[in-house]
Amino acid sequence: MTDAATKEIAIDVTGLTKTFGARTVVHDLSLQVPKGEIYGFLGPNGSGKTTTLRMLCGLLTPDAGQGTCLGYDIRTDADEIKRNVGYMTQRFSLYADLSIRENLEFVARVYGVPNPRQAAREAIGRLGLSTRAEQLAGDLSGGWKQRLALGACILPQPRLLLLDEPTAGVDPKARREFWDEIHNLAADGITVLVSTHYMDEAERCHEIAYIAFGELLAKGTAREVVAKSGLTTWIVSGKDLHHLATKLEACDGVDMVAPFGTELHVSGRDRHTLDSAIAAAKKADGAHRWARGEPTLEDVFILLMDKSKDNFA
Amino acid sequence: MSGATYNGSTAERRDPGFFRRMWAMVIKEFVQMRRDRMTFATMIFVPILQLTLFGYAINTDPKQLPTAVLTRDEGPLTRAVLAAMKNTDYFKFTEQVHDADELDRLIRSGKVQFAVEIPASFERDVRRGDRPSVLVIADATDPVATGTAVSSLQGLIDTALRRELRGPDAPVTKTTAPFQITLQNRYNPEAITQYNIVPGLLGVVLTMTMMMFTALAVTREIERGTMESLLAMPIKPVEIMIGKIAPFVLVGFVQMTIILCAAHFLFNVPIMGSVWLLVSLATLFAASNLAVGYTFSTIAQNQLQAVQLTFFFFLPNILLSGFMFPFRGMPAWAQVVGEALPLTHFMRIVRGITLKGTGLADMQIDVAALFIFMIVAMGLALVRFRRTLD
Repeated sequence: MTDAATKEIAIDVTGLTKTFGARTVVHDLSLQVPKGEIYGFLGPNGSGKTTTLRMLCGLLTPDAGQGTCLGYDIRTDADEIKRNVGYMTQRFSLYADLSIRENLEFVARVYGVPNPRQAAREAIGRLGLSTRAEQLAGDLSGGWKQRLALGACILPQPRLLLLDEPTAGVDPKARREFWDEIHNLAADGITVLVSTHYMDEAERCHEIAYIAFGELLAKGTAREVVAKSGLTTWIVSGKDLHHLATKLEACDGVDMVAPFGTELHVSGRDRHTLDSAIAAAKKADGAHRWARGEPTLEDVFILLMDKSKDNFA
Repeated sequence: MSGATYNGSTAERRDPGFFRRMWAMVIKEFVQMRRDRMTFATMIFVPILQLTLFGYAINTDPKQLPTAVLTRDEGPLTRAVLAAMKNTDYFKFTEQVHDADELDRLIRSGKVQFAVEIPASFERDVRRGDRPSVLVIADATDPVATGTAVSSLQGLIDTALRRELRGPDAPVTKTTAPFQITLQNRYNPEAITQYNIVPGLLGVVLTMTMMMFTALAVTREIERGTMESLLAMPIKPVEIMIGKIAPFVLVGFVQMTIILCAAHFLFNVPIMGSVWLLVSLATLFAASNLAVGYTFSTIAQNQLQAVQLTFFFFLPNILLSGFMFPFRGMPAWAQVVGEALPLTHFMRIVRGITLKGTGLADMQIDVAALFIFMIVAMGLALVRFRRTLD
């Protein structure tokens, strides 16, 4: 990464707030995304990721806050933003009763792409769907639907992509291919803001931001976020981990216990108290193997989530 | 899963039986019904509204029908004849004209239902026993509207003259009436119901199908989730609206061609006026209904509500437009409601052109009304159309 300050900024918003009725869905959110970067947007369900993306592309009007998207004001230049931003919705939103070709031609025409038929044909070729161009979009499998939706998004050659959980419910291979494509796009200078629940995907992003209950809790590279969390983790392996987990959860200094297959991740924010809790547990129980480990991004996020207050409660 | 809390035993679960399962369904349906506020309101409110509206409005024995008079003889006898007509309560003299052309124009344009012409030297001829004729012209496009009024003319001569023609010079014999009433049924002289109904059906069918097409236009996009994408694209609401309406104008055009051909060739409905004028005005009518449907689509939250709105708009269109029941039979307030419906104006246009040969000049108000209707509906739709998901 070169110095962020010299980079061109694609998204620059401050203080974004959105309320639905009495519920504040996004609270005072600020975000700077450099051009050509893949920026991961993480957070639990209902944390305000979709709402933020919608505010960025002009689908929702923020109640407070301001900023720019590709240099256009998000409050006043919605038309310009729409012309230059590709927004991929969480739910499949192409026309199920149109064929792949017809869907892409429609998109090309709406965006005023010259020679829409040819543009659609080329996009179909890039997607590897040439033999199925006349198939109805609704009949595609989940993975192909997502690829088609991405294809439709990039057809008008946007400068910014907003992808809302693009790989939800997609198999690992299709997911991998999808991410390869995103990296290719970023290499071409397109900025990508992508929301996801998958930690492996988060690690594929240049930078991430974690948002829970409408508030931004952490941002930076994956490594930075883990380092900044100040979390210490022990990994326990052995038999009957379930009972051990229940016991450990009650200990002082243990903030989180999470099973990972045949291992247990025990984490705490305060290194000192965690270490003494572990030492005590070790003494009482000789049947398990104890080792110091690296906290994962997931550990960090779950901790962040537990820490933040739940405004739905 | 820990074995202590979950044993997966199915033996413990009893079959709840027919009634419990059915009851579960009943409860669920009621909850869903209550959640859809608009549907809930329409179930209670709309039937009451429509019952009172139509119950009071519909009347198959219209009275006080507008009548034009041309009097070429101003005598007490003329006054007596007119007074007698007025007393039947079927005729209401709204226009006094001075030549036969104007009389024709009034009846052709539909301003009056009847026209009465008292011949010159009417009084003298009656007293001489020449048995002159009073001409009554009826616009018989809708036979129901004129039927009872016409039959009331039968007893008229007697009542009119009972007082006037007493005295020494009474020429009245017991057997023949002193004058006659010549009834001229115009436009549908044989009072064939189809001539009135079939052109009207053109309007009814267009209303129903056109509105339904566009009523689903926006709600369908919302329900299928495609609206979110669409809104994120650089396309303006007016472009979406016109883009959604335009294809159905063509559908309406095909539909009206079929109905017109059927009307003409199967039901022998005459087309006295210009076919092209009819086709272009029917297209305008189709477009205004499409605009109304589109407006509903922006108001309704789902496709079901859109269909309901269409029906609630359709019913008054059928009942208060003069399609089923004579427009002039309705009380004044109902006529005002009727004037606000596009079908009312199209009914006049289509019957005028097919049966009377009316030209554009005589239908300016109705054409303007359709235009205004379309513009207002489109304007409303654009205001209602949400450009964001807020």
